[in-house]
Amino acid sequence: MNAKKLAAALAAAMLFSPAAQAQTEIQWWHSMTGALGDKVNEIANGFNASQKEYKVVPVYKGAYPESMTAAIAAFRAGNPPHILQVFEVGTATMMSAKGAIKPVYQMMKEAGQPFDTKNYLGPVAGYYTDSKGNMLSMPFNSSTPVFYINKDAFKKAGLDAEKAPKTWKEFGMAAGKLKASGQQCVYTTGWPSWVHIENFSAWHNLPIGTRENGIAGLNTEFKINSPEHVKHISMLAEFAKNGWFTYSGRRNEGEARFFSGECAMLTSSSAAQANIRRNAKFDFSVNFLPYHDDIKGAPQNSIIGGASLWVMSGKKPEEYKGVTRFFTYLSNTELQASWHQSTGYVPITVAAFDATKKSGFYEKNPGTDIANRQLMNKPATANSKGLRFGNFVQGREVIEEELEGAFAGKKQAKPALDDAVKRANEILRRFEAANKS
Amino acid sequence: MEKRVVFRSRWLPYALLAPQIVVTVVFFFWPAFQAAWFSFQLQDAFGLRSEFVGLANFVHLFRDEYYLNSFKVTAVFSVLVAATGISVALLLATMADRVLRGALAYKTLLIWPYAVAPAVAGVLWGFLFAPSVGIVTYALRQTGYEWNYVLNGDQAMVLVVLASTWKQISYNFLFFLAGLQSIPRSLIEAAAIDGAGPTRRFWTIVFPLLSPTTFFLLVVNIVYAFFETFGVIDATTQGGPGQATQILVYKVYHDGVKSADLGGSSAQSVVLMAIVIALTVAQFRFVERKVQY
Repeated sequence: MNAKKLAAALAAAMLFSPAAQAQTEIQWWHSMTGALGDKVNEIANGFNASQKEYKVVPVYKGAYPESMTAAIAAFRAGNPPHILQVFEVGTATMMSAKGAIKPVYQMMKEAGQPFDTKNYLGPVAGYYTDSKGNMLSMPFNSSTPVFYINKDAFKKAGLDAEKAPKTWKEFGMAAGKLKASGQQCVYTTGWPSWVHIENFSAWHNLPIGTRENGIAGLNTEFKINSPEHVKHISMLAEFAKNGWFTYSGRRNEGEARFFSGECAMLTSSSAAQANIRRNAKFDFSVNFLPYHDDIKGAPQNSIIGGASLWVMSGKKPEEYKGVTRFFTYLSNTELQASWHQSTGYVPITVAAFDATKKSGFYEKNPGTDIANRQLMNKPATANSKGLRFGNFVQGREVIEEELEGAFAGKKQAKPALDDAVKRANEILRRFEAANKS
Repeated sequence: MEKRVVFRSRWLPYALLAPQIVVTVVFFFWPAFQAAWFSFQLQDAFGLRSEFVGLANFVHLFRDEYYLNSFKVTAVFSVLVAATGISVALLLATMADRVLRGALAYKTLLIWPYAVAPAVAGVLWGFLFAPSVGIVTYALRQTGYEWNYVLNGDQAMVLVVLASTWKQISYNFLFFLAGLQSIPRSLIEAAAIDGAGPTRRFWTIVFPLLSPTTFFLLVVNIVYAFFETFGVIDATTQGGPGQATQILVYKVYHDGVKSADLGGSSAQSVVLMAIVIALTVAQFRFVERKVQY
């Protein structure tokens, strides 16, 4: 009955909207679900209502790896979407696919649209520009890992809830007290490699890989088995043995354990804030990631994760004009500020950040500016401006596997990280061989 | 006297066979050849550049100790799934065969799980054993046992074996029950009159007479464990932790679809194809001889 009604309504809509025929359609494949998916539709509808020539059609194509695979298959079949949302670990793969993508700066230039990379937030733009500073994809949703604590659990353990641990030393002392107070799960993390390898490196100004973390060239090698890395991972393994660290999985499974109150501390994406705020029945705070005070220069700045929008090649100039118009719409300050405030993702433009600051949003919502402040804590160095590794989807998985070995106590931290480097480097060499021009 | 049906027409038999042949060629041979062809190439994700590299993909595979480990994982997994599935189903079938009252209800209930898709079975069991909210996890914690399959490889293996076996038991059960019912009562009664107890009757009469069924189920279960358990693994462990549940077919998917390494993934599927051919030949040549029909 419902399906019939829907079909009838659709048929009617097609019959009575001849205007839709004249519009140029722009396909946008994305991976946003729930509240974020609604927000994506809202953005597209807003753009469609703002002008008459183009119509952006957002299509949910599954999680990040699935939508990327779908787009690759569509490209091979000769019918890719115009815009594709790709997560940060797929960046190097997209950049190397020279015939498959249309660099954003080039598209903007051809359409005669003024476009200045400087308007975009440094740590965000740096991730998606080539070595000459040209923006290759459009930043969309960017976040960075932050440190959440359950203030009620802190009080119960006799700790000062207003003082979240700043260093890993303080963290250890708090963890001991939390455990003693009967807290079943003291600490957990989302995205282990992103938080404890990639961001750990940037936060302590250590290289993740050679050649500026791969940004300067394909002939890069991983450096994540340094004494500092080994020390950090063996510390976590020790925490796991003490029952201070509970491993939850490779993605964001840990977030639910935090907002259910099971775990008292969490390191995960700043974009988890909206969800935590909605679900947590306790008082919590958002803080900078803990650091090791015996490593010189720490804390540096953290790096982003999330996704950007890539434009695929082989479309008509008219269609590219539409994409250009849409991207310009996407960068406007008002929209960016609202996106940032409602989702917990960082704003992509400097103007949106300033506008949010001026509106007093950060004072009213403590913790929402932590991600930005952490990203811009210090001017980025070669170690902390981002990373670009070929086929990092596979590379990161290798790192996760070895971390699991270390956390389970099956392997020592040193051999685990040595193996991670060895295996991940092989993936880099294969990528280099397949993508040499 | 000629018993065979003879076709007078020259083209009719071919025409009748054609649909089947077309389906086989398009959906089986063509992809298989394509996989074989890709396995000799090194390609980027988008297929913009491809280069013939000979056996390099295979050399790379067999130098990778993690790939070799995946063989071991697959062997352990399929033996566990097949052995547990067959023995539990046999036990249940023998029990159900004896039940006099309410037999139909028992049988129906035992067959139910087969209607559940592997992915759904995975989700169900994964939920029961989930590290933070699982009800079984909770019960285990009360007894002082720390269950966390996302970190403990052995526990992850137990979970995927449990979920895969649970689903397959119904299938095995059906065949065993049919097999048991086709054994003539007179044989068992004669043995009983000669003074053989139930255990002895089972091992000397029932079990040998069931051997064709058991053999058939062995083949089916191994194939099931090799290929169809994909859904269970994808829904629960996704091959982890580490590579503790990374069976061969899951690795093919993982490397090919998720990591976009078509050459490496194709080489793996060629290896997998060779294994299945070898296994099938071995089963029919050596095991089948010992089976009494």
